[in-house]
Amino acid sequence: MINFRLEERENRNVRIQILSPFIAVFVSLIISCFFIFLAGVSPVDSLKELLIGSFGSRNAIAETLSRATPLILTGLAASIAFRAKFWNIGAEGQLYAGALAVTFFGTGLIELPSILMIPFLFLVGAIAGGLLLLPLVLLKNYFKVDEVVSTLLTNFIIILLVSYLLEGPWKDPMSLGWPQGASVIDQGVLPQIVARTRLHLGFIFSILFAMLVWIILSKHLIGYQIKAVGYNSSAAKHSGIPVLKTIFIVALLSGGMAGMAGVTETAGLKGYLTLDLSPGFGYAGIAVAMLAALHPIGVIASGIFLASIYVGADAMSRSMNVPSYLADVIVAITILCVLVSLVMNQYKFKFSGLKK
Amino acid sequence: MQPILKVESISKFFGNLIANSDISFSVNKGEILAILGENGAGKTTLMNILFGHYMPDKGNIYFKNKPLTFGNTGNSISLGIGMVHQHFTLADNLTVLENIIIGHKSLFSLDLSKKASIEKLNSLIDKFNLPINPNAMVSDLSVSEKQRLEILKTLYKDCELLILDEPTAALTPQETEALYKTINNMVKQGLSVILISHKLHEVLSISDRIIVLRNGKIAGEQLTKSADYKSIASLIVGKEIQYPKKTKSLPLNKILKLENIFYETDLDLDVKIENLNLELSGGEIIGIAGVAGNGQQNFAKILSGHVKPTNGKLFFDNKEINTFSAKSFMELGIAYIPEDRNKDGLVGDMSIWENAIMTETSNREIVNNFGFIKSKKSKEKSSKICQLNDVRYQSIDQPSRLLSGGNVQKLLIGKWLNRKPKLIIACQPTRGLDEGAIAAVHKMLLEARKNGNGIIIIGEDLDELITLSDKICVMYNGKLSNPLTSSNIEKLKIGMMMSGEGF
Repeated sequence: MINFRLEERENRNVRIQILSPFIAVFVSLIISCFFIFLAGVSPVDSLKELLIGSFGSRNAIAETLSRATPLILTGLAASIAFRAKFWNIGAEGQLYAGALAVTFFGTGLIELPSILMIPFLFLVGAIAGGLLLLPLVLLKNYFKVDEVVSTLLTNFIIILLVSYLLEGPWKDPMSLGWPQGASVIDQGVLPQIVARTRLHLGFIFSILFAMLVWIILSKHLIGYQIKAVGYNSSAAKHSGIPVLKTIFIVALLSGGMAGMAGVTETAGLKGYLTLDLSPGFGYAGIAVAMLAALHPIGVIASGIFLASIYVGADAMSRSMNVPSYLADVIVAITILCVLVSLVMNQYKFKFSGLKK
Repeated sequence: MQPILKVESISKFFGNLIANSDISFSVNKGEILAILGENGAGKTTLMNILFGHYMPDKGNIYFKNKPLTFGNTGNSISLGIGMVHQHFTLADNLTVLENIIIGHKSLFSLDLSKKASIEKLNSLIDKFNLPINPNAMVSDLSVSEKQRLEILKTLYKDCELLILDEPTAALTPQETEALYKTINNMVKQGLSVILISHKLHEVLSISDRIIVLRNGKIAGEQLTKSADYKSIASLIVGKEIQYPKKTKSLPLNKILKLENIFYETDLDLDVKIENLNLELSGGEIIGIAGVAGNGQQNFAKILSGHVKPTNGKLFFDNKEINTFSAKSFMELGIAYIPEDRNKDGLVGDMSIWENAIMTETSNREIVNNFGFIKSKKSKEKSSKICQLNDVRYQSIDQPSRLLSGGNVQKLLIGKWLNRKPKLIIACQPTRGLDEGAIAAVHKMLLEARKNGNGIIIIGEDLDELITLSDKICVMYNGKLSNPLTSSNIEKLKIGMMMSGEGF
């Protein structure tokens, strides 16, 4: 057996710390080449196609950014929660809760001019996502129900609820039998920001929210309390920080961000609620947050990066005729590489030879 | 005399940190060698090298004139080195005998041959006078019995050099006496002992020779006969220590009164608190003596508002308190210095200044009307707290986990004193600290007493409690004795009460 131990680094090199995610991504692409090779095509050509497919044209860029929009928001959701060591795995369900709220309020129940309607939809979406988490916080606090389990299971409940509503009472009669919700009224639809593409105002919102979250986390008392509770909730409690209240705020913020991802998809990309609104954006948000080391500004970059791999891999699979599941493989390898790089930033490996 | 252990210029580095540098010493047969030093002086690293947990970077060790193979605990044990760790390594769900033969027999051997083992064990029990029932479950043993078992475990493996790491940390004075007798007895039979301890007077009363480590080097070596408390203490710290003097107490108005406090939980392991009565005035220190695990934790939690008593009344400043929460007690003017300063005291991964202002989050000087933290003001305030309390750091932005234990405690107490509390609850305020830091913490507490604070110190170190307190109560099995006042404070008597006499 190879005998090694991890020793903490005393001096961390700032330049290497900034460079390390890029190195990790580079290494992961090299490893990915091996799997692309196994799929029977040229890795170099495939990666070229991937790059062109995600950034090669105005349309490709717009597609990447519009795919990044919900990823940034769910990434923020995970970042906020994970910083407080509140393991919210339920962004997927909260996203659908936001989408349900948009469908309930935005398809004719309330009519406001655009300038009010859009913020209103974001607000109700955020509230719906946040409220979904609150009972789970209570369950955790009073009955010690692990939030990993409860948030994960809530996803299925919400998705089944969506399925019931779309097959039944909320089914749009104009949809020719497809299970989909009524269309969001015109005042509520997020306008395109690049003509003749699918890139919509939601992207700008997601960037603004990332900055807002960054300010809250780094400068505001709420962020300070989240940090203290996350690192050491016992010491925080002993210093008079209201731990339960802080977790409530975390749940509202985190669920709110995920709920707003539902808003951008319903009111921005599609215009109505469908069952396949999210191909796992809620879960991918965890990866986005991990890649960004839970930093809100980093979430913008990692959201765009993961979106580019998904969009690019779609293009690659079409033109090279390989399965688009390769995108998932590449994303998984990238995350593993980044996690290893994070460990290597903190510790150095010290090999002490072979053990007998 | 023939040395049994010879350590030759051992060095061990962790990155840039020098844990041990060029350490050489020897232990003679039948000798008790005490190794003293501050936290981080390198004692534990040295013992871990001896016992085979670590590989040294340089140097040699000879045991019975044979070189020791490094990094192999099994080898150290089979050669005859035994170690009793501060935290016991026993399997609670097995009997005494089973614990002893664990690891001694192959996993696949069907025959445990208990008979032979029990004979050997009984002969050891007789030879070293370590009474214990071989068939008792470990979970039923008292702390001192568990320690006896740990020692027997090493003797069973034919140990010739026994390393004891802080052996008296959890013992009553009587149990400590008994342990000393055992150690002396073992030494007479030819064993050698290395004793690692913080408690200076203990070391002075039992050891033959003292080695002091400082910053990973040997700072001095003295025969115990010719050593005195002050010189050794200065040797440990590297400079003269100023011990604070207690001034005459001026009890002021009553600030705390407990009336028939009961507390029960549904946890089986928790000690019930029964019928506590206590009165405390400003400018007064009450020490709560007792062996750990007699209800002190819940008592401290009640006093700091973390739990609500199931029955009874608590008066603070002559008002009955009905809201029990850490925050409301904090706002009343109660400061709580928890026992485990790293777990409950500071957030190690946050900076010094962030920790220093953690109790100030409703202070408008620190947080503005919109809830944003004024970082410049906060840092100014934090540096002031640090300066006032002699907290030594490189940068106010460094994570507080990089501070030494003494500085952590000074920062923790300092941040609470900064709130000008009326009542201070301090649990084991100097546990694990070196002499210099102990003196500093004592000074802070006595200073607070002079300023009219009421202070309750919950502790195990009797000498400390006697030096600091105006009155001492003993806690045993969830009950509290009547306070002993200065004329009645006698170490031996308190020790008897700690083991249950009079309850």
